[in-house]
Amino acid sequence: MALIKCPGYPEDTLRSLAERLPCRETQLATLLALMGQPDQYSYPSVFIYGHRATGKSHVVLSIMKDLELPHASVDCVECVSSGLLFHQVLSAFFGPDAAALLPRCPSLSDFVRLYKQMSSNSPATQTRYIILDRAERMRDMDFSLLPALLRLQELVNDNVTVILLSEIVWEKFRPNTGCFEPLLFHFPDYSKAELVQILSWDHHPSYTPELYASYINILLGVFFSVCRDLRELRHLAVLNFSKFCEPLEKGEAKESDIHKLWKNIEPHLQRAMQTVYLREVSSVQWEQQFFFSPLPVVLSAHAHIELPYYSKFLLIAAYLASFNPARTDRRFFLKSHGKIRKTNFLKKHEKTSNHLLGPKPFPLDRLMAIFYSVVDSRVAPTASIFSQISSLVTLQLLSQVGHDDQLDSPKYKCSVSLDFILAISRCVCVCVRLYRYQYYKFLNDTQPYI
Amino acid sequence: MLLDIIKNNIRYGLLPIFRSSKNGIRTSPNISQYYSNLKSRYGNNIDTCNIAQLLAPSIIDLSKTFYCHLGVNVPDHAMTFRSLCNLLQDSVTPFVVSVHAKECNEMLISYLKSFFTLVCQATLTIRIIDLLQKCTQVSPKRKENLAKNDLPVVVIFKDFEAFNSQVLQDFILICSRYTQELPFVFIFGIATSPSAIQHRLPHSVSSLLCIEVFHSLSCTQHLASVFDKLILNSQFPFKLSSRVIQVLVGIFLYHDFSVQNFVKGLQFSMLEHFNSQPLSVLCCQKHEALLSAKILSKQNVERIRHLPSFMRYVETQEPQEQVRLLTNDEHVKEVCQKLLKNLHTYHKNYYPILQCLHSLTSSLPKFPLGKHIRELHVSCIEKNLWETEEYDSALQLLRILAKDELVAALRSCAEILKSANTKRMQNVLQQLEDFLGRLEALQGKSDSVSKMEYQRTDLFQLQKTLLEKESRRTKRMNPFEVLRSQVIDFIDSLVREYLTPAEFQPLNEVCYYSSSGVLRQRLNVTPRTSIQAALTHPFYYLKNESLKTNTGTISSAAPDLCIVYKLHLECGRLINLYDWLEAYVTVMSAAEDQDTNSEECGKFDSLKHARFIQAVSEMEFLGFVKSTKQKTDHVARLTWGGC
Repeated sequence: MALIKCPGYPEDTLRSLAERLPCRETQLATLLALMGQPDQYSYPSVFIYGHRATGKSHVVLSIMKDLELPHASVDCVECVSSGLLFHQVLSAFFGPDAAALLPRCPSLSDFVRLYKQMSSNSPATQTRYIILDRAERMRDMDFSLLPALLRLQELVNDNVTVILLSEIVWEKFRPNTGCFEPLLFHFPDYSKAELVQILSWDHHPSYTPELYASYINILLGVFFSVCRDLRELRHLAVLNFSKFCEPLEKGEAKESDIHKLWKNIEPHLQRAMQTVYLREVSSVQWEQQFFFSPLPVVLSAHAHIELPYYSKFLLIAAYLASFNPARTDRRFFLKSHGKIRKTNFLKKHEKTSNHLLGPKPFPLDRLMAIFYSVVDSRVAPTASIFSQISSLVTLQLLSQVGHDDQLDSPKYKCSVSLDFILAISRCVCVCVRLYRYQYYKFLNDTQPYI
Repeated sequence: MLLDIIKNNIRYGLLPIFRSSKNGIRTSPNISQYYSNLKSRYGNNIDTCNIAQLLAPSIIDLSKTFYCHLGVNVPDHAMTFRSLCNLLQDSVTPFVVSVHAKECNEMLISYLKSFFTLVCQATLTIRIIDLLQKCTQVSPKRKENLAKNDLPVVVIFKDFEAFNSQVLQDFILICSRYTQELPFVFIFGIATSPSAIQHRLPHSVSSLLCIEVFHSLSCTQHLASVFDKLILNSQFPFKLSSRVIQVLVGIFLYHDFSVQNFVKGLQFSMLEHFNSQPLSVLCCQKHEALLSAKILSKQNVERIRHLPSFMRYVETQEPQEQVRLLTNDEHVKEVCQKLLKNLHTYHKNYYPILQCLHSLTSSLPKFPLGKHIRELHVSCIEKNLWETEEYDSALQLLRILAKDELVAALRSCAEILKSANTKRMQNVLQQLEDFLGRLEALQGKSDSVSKMEYQRTDLFQLQKTLLEKESRRTKRMNPFEVLRSQVIDFIDSLVREYLTPAEFQPLNEVCYYSSSGVLRQRLNVTPRTSIQAALTHPFYYLKNESLKTNTGTISSAAPDLCIVYKLHLECGRLINLYDWLEAYVTVMSAAEDQDTNSEECGKFDSLKHARFIQAVSEMEFLGFVKSTKQKTDHVARLTWGGC
């Protein structure tokens, strides 16, 4: 490990800092070089970008905290308005009393004026840093805020540097009118070897670090192709480690029998692949699942939903209304629909699959008409039928098109998949297929004389 | 487990809904007991205790999150969460807030802010963040307090699906920044399926959470337990007839899946019963009923004489007795006491036998008598069960039951009967145990027989035994089969004796609420039908004699709206306003003078015009017509049929 040297900062702090930031030595060195000595003016604004969990905030904040530099760290998610941002910056630099001087709805100029006034009282002996995490949220705020912050050093005439942290590239930020270009600085993804090194850090105290490192190697061998997110990998490592250690605890294998351990854990990891990123289960439930069922339980979305009898029919009707052209309703839902000539039946623009086009909105009347023809028994149009529609909307199985307050002929869309509908229709013994326009089209295309 | 929950519920004095309705009814002790059972039954259907246990040691690195998968019975959720909230507040942490999407979809943070100001008792600051910082940094006292207890802040999101996902994401991101100082626990109530989380939250947010999933009981199971406790129970004197049960269960299964609504329906029918049936004074516990039977008023005695079931009873008596029953009030009171006693015994015997029959038939293929005990109960109190085809087929299936299955089924019956404490049921239990003993004795015997057979290998003997077997197959059954048919006959006799329909019991009207029509009308309302009824038959609501008309004619005495409505039924999709007006004026002027030939007819003044316009705009308001752009002087009709 190359020793990072930077004049003006205590050396032992730098060393411990470098140790705490594995695989980020080069970034650390570059950042320190950029910052220069504490009393020197730094570059007005730095833009740091890189994927999630590449250590951007961690590195920057560790530097600030360890070297005890004056800084204000703001998460842009918290800043519903720019006033909140100003408030946090001022209270971090000049104490809460200064922040209290801000007017009720502070504008940018209020902030600059107050900052100037305060910094003239207590001029900066060291560079002050403003760290804006999740800077992509800044784009939704006042359009002049970002260009102003980028050249804040000039505006307030103080030794201040703004560091923006984001997951997306600078090109997506640049305003139309142009602005001061910040210094761009990229945090690359960790390589596989680096991931092994980092993950091996949190090894279990009752086992040797070597064993844990070999476990991490096995884990990465399975997951590296699908997942490089450090956070997710850590979660997976914690989740499966107890399984890995099972043979050791039972005394069936020794720590040196890596092959045996690998054979034991490999099928479990393969199973875990199915739920990577999903976070559906906790560690406890994960283990129970393995314990009770040899086959992986697919936590299917549709198996669990229980709906009242008529709600199911309403949902089926909504699906049909969304994906069948209204023109063909007569064909499918009328008992004596007469003959429809094949040439007329299919229009050219309808040849594309309805599922590629997505659900179409339909009025309430049409939904109810289809509902009554799909339900075989007579149903009174009771209030509870209509309230079921709104509860389906609340469950987001249907979605209302347009405004909520449109009382006159509301329109809906069906937002569930065909699989879901087929599962439901199996419960209530309705052959949805018979009503599906798509199905007829399919028959029409393949077997012209059916 | 359930007992604990029930105890908790009672201790915490939950469920104010029931409390408020309690005031409406006279509070004789049995009724209040009934209510307390209604209350206690309404336990939380999720494992609140489990959650509480999990929350207690809160080592929270990531924000801990619990999904409570609750099913779609939305009205029940409020109850569950209220009890969960109270339980958490009492046992885990005082910092519990539960939020509802309706209240705070846009302003989640400001909503929480007001909560935190309450909890922390800090001076009002701008945001939750400041408050959190105050909690952890500015006020050292608070910090010590928090650090010592390490109490998490619990945020309950009652209806996860309805939340704006952006607001939720921001909230989780913000909270995740402060978990080091202040542990957070989120509880999401999910009605659909746990995968909803992936639809609402992106991975960057959901990876901040550490998730546990809890499932509630399925609502049909929940309903079954309510049924067991409230309806299939001889303790409560109030009963429902088969029709009423069908209406209530129908609403549950077809419409809302809400146990709370079911219980409310039950309460409503109880109110209706006590309100509409004066003889319900006799609907209480046995000794009270007997006491009040002694002091029946003359009016009530007369009412008893008019009860259909009592009249049926009178008809079966001797002529002399009949005369006494119809003339002597005191005698009626005495007979009434006797009949009430009989009714109570009937109930005491009915439920154990019903459960026995259900446990016998619930394992049969295709469930000839229904999968759930409620179906069996409904068919029992509706008609003579033994006359139905389903019962025959069930008995046939029982007659071919294997020995071990039969023994197991009888054992479970014996278990059920043990808890019944009437003399007759003990008698039945004795007989059943006798049968069980004989079946077991048979087992030993058949074993010894089979052992003996192995020794005989003589050809002649073999032929003989084969012939014997042949003859036995056609003529005689083996001892087990004989015994089995005896058992089944015994069960059949039990059913015929005890599972008689309630309608045949004299004085059943006292306890049974049977007006299912009223219930359906009240609980399963049809607004459109009522509007149409009001417009076509105004007499139905206004009760004005002059409004009584024959169907098909249009009375001019009716309100303008009704006339206009009836006229518009005769039109097509588009209605010409002028024609409509003329028809209206004709109807109106027909009332003024019968002389339709005069010149005045067909002319109209501005008053009629104004009344017509107002009626049309009322029609538009009710949603029957709307203005159309196709033709300016026309309106489009929006409804069809229903005439």
